[in-house]
Amino acid sequence: MLTFQEIVMRLKAYWARQGCIIQEPFDCEVGAGTMCPETFLRVLGADPYKVAYVQPSRRPADGRYGENPNRLYKHMQLQVILKPAPEDVVELYLKSLEEIGIDLSQHDCKLEEDNWESPTLGAWGVGWQVMLDGLEITQFTYFQQCGGLDLDVVPAELTYGLERLAAFIQDVESVYDIRWNDQWTYADVRLADEEQYSTYNFEEADVGFVWNEFNLHEAECKRLLDRYGSELDSLERRRFPLLAAFDQTLKCSHLFNTLQARGAISVTERAQVIQRVRNLAVAVAKAWVDQQQGLAKEAA
Amino acid sequence: MSDLLLEVGTEEIPARLVPGAMRDLKAGFEAALRELDLARAGRVSVDATPRRLALFAEGLPERQQDRTETLRGPSKQIAFDAVGNPTRAALGFARKAGVAVEELTAGDDGKLTVERTIAGRRTHDLLAEALPGVVLGVRFPRSMYWMGKGSPRFIRPIRWLVALFAGEVVPFEIAGVQSGDITWGHRRLGSGPIRVHSAEEYRSSLRTNAVLLSAEDRASKIVSEAEALLPNGSGLRRNERLLQTLVFETEHPTAVLGGFDETYLDLPEEVLETVMLVHQKYFAVEDRSGAMTNRFVAIANSDGDDKGVIRRGHERVLRARFNDARFFWEFDQRTPLADRVEELKAVTFQASLGSYWSKTESNIEAVARLNEALSLRASDAKSTQRAARLAKTDLTTEMVGEFPELQGKIGGLYAVAQGESESVADAIYDHYLPVGGSGPIPRSTVGRLLSLADKLTTLGGMFRIGLMPTGSKDPLALRRAALGAMRIVVEGSLAVSLDNLVEIASAGDNAPKLREFFLDRLRHWLQEAGGFGLDSVQAVLAASDSMPVDVLARARALAEVRHTPDFEALAVSFKRIRNILEQVGPGAVPDGVALDLGLLEDGAETDLHASLQPIAVRVSECNANRDYATSLRAIATLRPALDRYFDDVLVMAEDDAVRSNRLVFLAGMLRALSTIADFSLIEAEPAEAGGS
Repeated sequence: MLTFQEIVMRLKAYWARQGCIIQEPFDCEVGAGTMCPETFLRVLGADPYKVAYVQPSRRPADGRYGENPNRLYKHMQLQVILKPAPEDVVELYLKSLEEIGIDLSQHDCKLEEDNWESPTLGAWGVGWQVMLDGLEITQFTYFQQCGGLDLDVVPAELTYGLERLAAFIQDVESVYDIRWNDQWTYADVRLADEEQYSTYNFEEADVGFVWNEFNLHEAECKRLLDRYGSELDSLERRRFPLLAAFDQTLKCSHLFNTLQARGAISVTERAQVIQRVRNLAVAVAKAWVDQQQGLAKEAA
Repeated sequence: MSDLLLEVGTEEIPARLVPGAMRDLKAGFEAALRELDLARAGRVSVDATPRRLALFAEGLPERQQDRTETLRGPSKQIAFDAVGNPTRAALGFARKAGVAVEELTAGDDGKLTVERTIAGRRTHDLLAEALPGVVLGVRFPRSMYWMGKGSPRFIRPIRWLVALFAGEVVPFEIAGVQSGDITWGHRRLGSGPIRVHSAEEYRSSLRTNAVLLSAEDRASKIVSEAEALLPNGSGLRRNERLLQTLVFETEHPTAVLGGFDETYLDLPEEVLETVMLVHQKYFAVEDRSGAMTNRFVAIANSDGDDKGVIRRGHERVLRARFNDARFFWEFDQRTPLADRVEELKAVTFQASLGSYWSKTESNIEAVARLNEALSLRASDAKSTQRAARLAKTDLTTEMVGEFPELQGKIGGLYAVAQGESESVADAIYDHYLPVGGSGPIPRSTVGRLLSLADKLTTLGGMFRIGLMPTGSKDPLALRRAALGAMRIVVEGSLAVSLDNLVEIASAGDNAPKLREFFLDRLRHWLQEAGGFGLDSVQAVLAASDSMPVDVLARARALAEVRHTPDFEALAVSFKRIRNILEQVGPGAVPDGVALDLGLLEDGAETDLHASLQPIAVRVSECNANRDYATSLRAIATLRPALDRYFDDVLVMAEDDAVRSNRLVFLAGMLRALSTIADFSLIEAEPAEAGGS
């Protein structure tokens, strides 16, 4: 039986063979692999890109103190971006399942409609949830818009839920029973995170402090975006830290999620805060496209 | 005559959209045939699976029919000179028409004409031009592009195209895909590429490659296999919507019987059903009494499950889902509904109207006012208050978070579990009813009041901030809410006036619009569900629209009598009276002028007056008891006297005083007898109208 880490390694090796860059997880808290610059920024513009990475994804409101066998504050996604989406992308995906020992001719595999939308990222796409014997194992999306911009080239995004997949392959009822390797289980590795972060997000997080952080990161992001809008020479433009501005956006997004889990956001505030984060994301995306076009011109 | 096979090979199309796509493809193709003058095909049919839309046209002509075209030129006088030689005009026309001058002949009107035959084009070529438009003309909500910005849109990427006419490939291209004669089988049970030469071969090749093209075949395979799997004494809980979804989610459906631990049957059936049918798309299995058993049938897109791998997988998922539900149930009980009211402050109802906490406050106030308007029993009034306070609290529960479609029902189930009275629990359970034009309204008075209050405050709030539905757009389902409110009042016999409802809704400046909105829904419903004619509905509402519950009673009474001969004739006479009064204008019958009995002419006029008196008394008695049918039958007895009146009496008499008195008489009669319906608005059947 494949262990959790073997599943991950085999999938990475498979996508590496398909020409993907194998990236390591992004080092900011994110709610989904989509938010990482390797997806959010790379899908913009016309340049092709192929990348795969595991991204621990944090969703404060989904924590259950480790008591629920299927719900996690932090879960692992394997994120694959194929830009542009190759013609045989579905087939490539199905083969990746066979690569981890799932004989699809013996299973019930269906692609069920599931469109994806992220209001905070100004992004949406159409696609499916991939159902394997009734279990959703992957979200498959053809991006159409990101950061409020229609995409020049349509990428396919594959997001594997690694815990679910592993529980399926190992035939265990609880994600905590997943064999991480031959010696340790998922619970051994991760239960403490679930218990402690659930407590933090639901009970302990200092609302004033988190709000304060949110405001600081937002202000820093805006400051940078303002600077980018001013007169810059070509070197300044190339070196301008839009990536750092995007980090600030991601911080805001995560802090918003924390406040939400903490029950600290009132109704009227909620829509406004989403809009604030979205404004940052959209502005960064626009600036990024501008910066990339400038680089392309320089090269030409 | 030849056949066309068109197959659009795609990635998986959402099941709910396949039937519409089939209809669109067929209609678009037939429209193209008409436009191309090829519309003599024997039969056009379509079929589909999630990965292909297929169209067959039998007996298409090989080419368009030749057409003759008549070109008209100059007149003979201009075309030929005195000695009969062609002029420049004749030469020019001949050249343009492509004939020799000698072939020009004059028509009856003296003008030169040339008959020209235009050869019909080859169907093959015409199809090559038309098919891309036919395919891309299939409409989908939220389509996508996949070849880059500005490229063609479809619901999911098109990956191959088969187009064969008379066994030959019809060449065209869509989004970089070139049409051909190659199709593909089931993703894992079929092989491919598969070359096809004809429609019959296409179907059979697909079958050998594990694709059942016919949706009907798939449906019957699903049902017969599922039923064959069931143990004696149990049956499939049929569900057409689920069946349709599964038909269009599979290319090769196979039924798999699964089971679950009996202890999960302790969960509410609402939860079991939602998990199995809606989320997992399984058929439920019931015993002879119709109770759910611990079995289910999953429909796999595969050809069998010898080793039980698929069954075990589905069972595992279902177990996890049921476990979740059980966990949610237990977790939710730690915080009773009564302690969740404050939490509603964090749940958005509508951005500018605030939270569900404010919505709850509005509902509490609205039920209080309804209680007052309806003078409810004290115990019921208390229950409505309690139910209104708790109704929305299930929105904060884990269970509703997971199964939003169960909102209300979960609140009702939790209320029972937490010791709320049955009357409160039932009211919460039912308070999103009725769902449409025909579903049931809440069972109890308390439930009806709560549901009504909830709808009124939603409508009032949305109208107050100007979010009225426009055209066909109604994203907030306000029409449904208004219809629901009207149905509860009418079907639930709630004696509350329309003005009172509008006031309780508190729609601010848009109150008149809300009133009209309610009337629209009421009109619509009386016609659609009540089966009343538009004229009856208008007649009843014109008499009075103040009490919706009364409107239905009057419409029913009217329906009972309106087709009797006396009544139809009476309606015609009333229309005549209305016309006379309209012609003379409102000034001719001043308010407060009493009838002068002395001016009535002996005979038909005094007879009518005498007949009217007892009828008017009877009508007001019956109306007081809401016995409108008896009233109407009484009014109908007036017919002979009224007919005689119009035969013998000239209303517009020469004498001013007599004329004016007659108008006063008729106006008074119309008023007295129009309390149930304005009969002058009733359209008589054409035959009867002609006879009177």
